[in-house]
Amino acid sequence: MFSPTHFTAVLLFGLFASIVFGITQRETPQRMFRYGLYCFSLFVGSAIVLSWVMYLIAR
Amino acid sequence: MASTPNRPAPAAPAQQGFVFLPLIAGWLIPGAGHFLLRKWGRGALLAISIVCMFAIGLAMRGKLYANASDILEILGLLGDLGSGLLYVVGRAMGLGADSVQLTVADWGTRFIVVAGLLNIIAAVDAHNLRTGRKS
Repeated sequence: MFSPTHFTAVLLFGLFASIVFGITQRETPQRMFRYGLYCFSLFVGSAIVLSWVMYLIAR
Repeated sequence: MASTPNRPAPAAPAQQGFVFLPLIAGWLIPGAGHFLLRKWGRGALLAISIVCMFAIGLAMRGKLYANASDILEILGLLGDLGSGLLYVVGRAMGLGADSVQLTVADWGTRFIVVAGLLNIIAAVDAHNLRTGRKS
C-alpha cells in the first residue's frame, strides 16, 4: 500500500492537476507551462497557508 | 491602374469524420482524443497525469464507487465514471477498497474521483480542438 505523508499527497495532487489545467486552459506551450506553474504554486501555497491557520486555531 | 481583386482567403480544409470522436475517445482512454488530433505531446502528458493519479489513488486503497445510495455516492460515482475504461477495468479486476478505513484511503478516493474529473476536462479540450474553438 502506498502511504504518503499529507504534504506528499498535496504535491502529487497539485502536480497532476496543474499539468491538466495548464494544457487545457491555455493555447501556447509557453503559456501552458506558466499557467501550470501558477496553479501548482497556488495548490501548494494554499495548503501551507491553510495548514498554519489550522495550527494556530487549534492552539 | 488595374488592381488585383480581393479574393477571400481559402478556407482551412474541413476535418472529416465524426466530430465527437475525440471527445468520446478522450473520455474512454485518457489522452486518446489528443492523439487522434496528432497532439502527441499534450496527449502523452494528459494520459500520464490522469493514469498516474488514478493508479496512485488505487495504491492508497481508495474506493471505487459502485452504487449510488445517497447524493455523495452519486457524485463520487459520476466522478469515477469520468475515468472511462480505467474505471471499468478497475471494477472488473476488483481493484479499490470496498470501504474507506484509513485516512490515506480517503485521500486515495479523492485522487480517483479527481482523475475522472480531469479526464472529462481533457476530453472536452480535445473536442474544442476538433471543432476549432481552440488551436
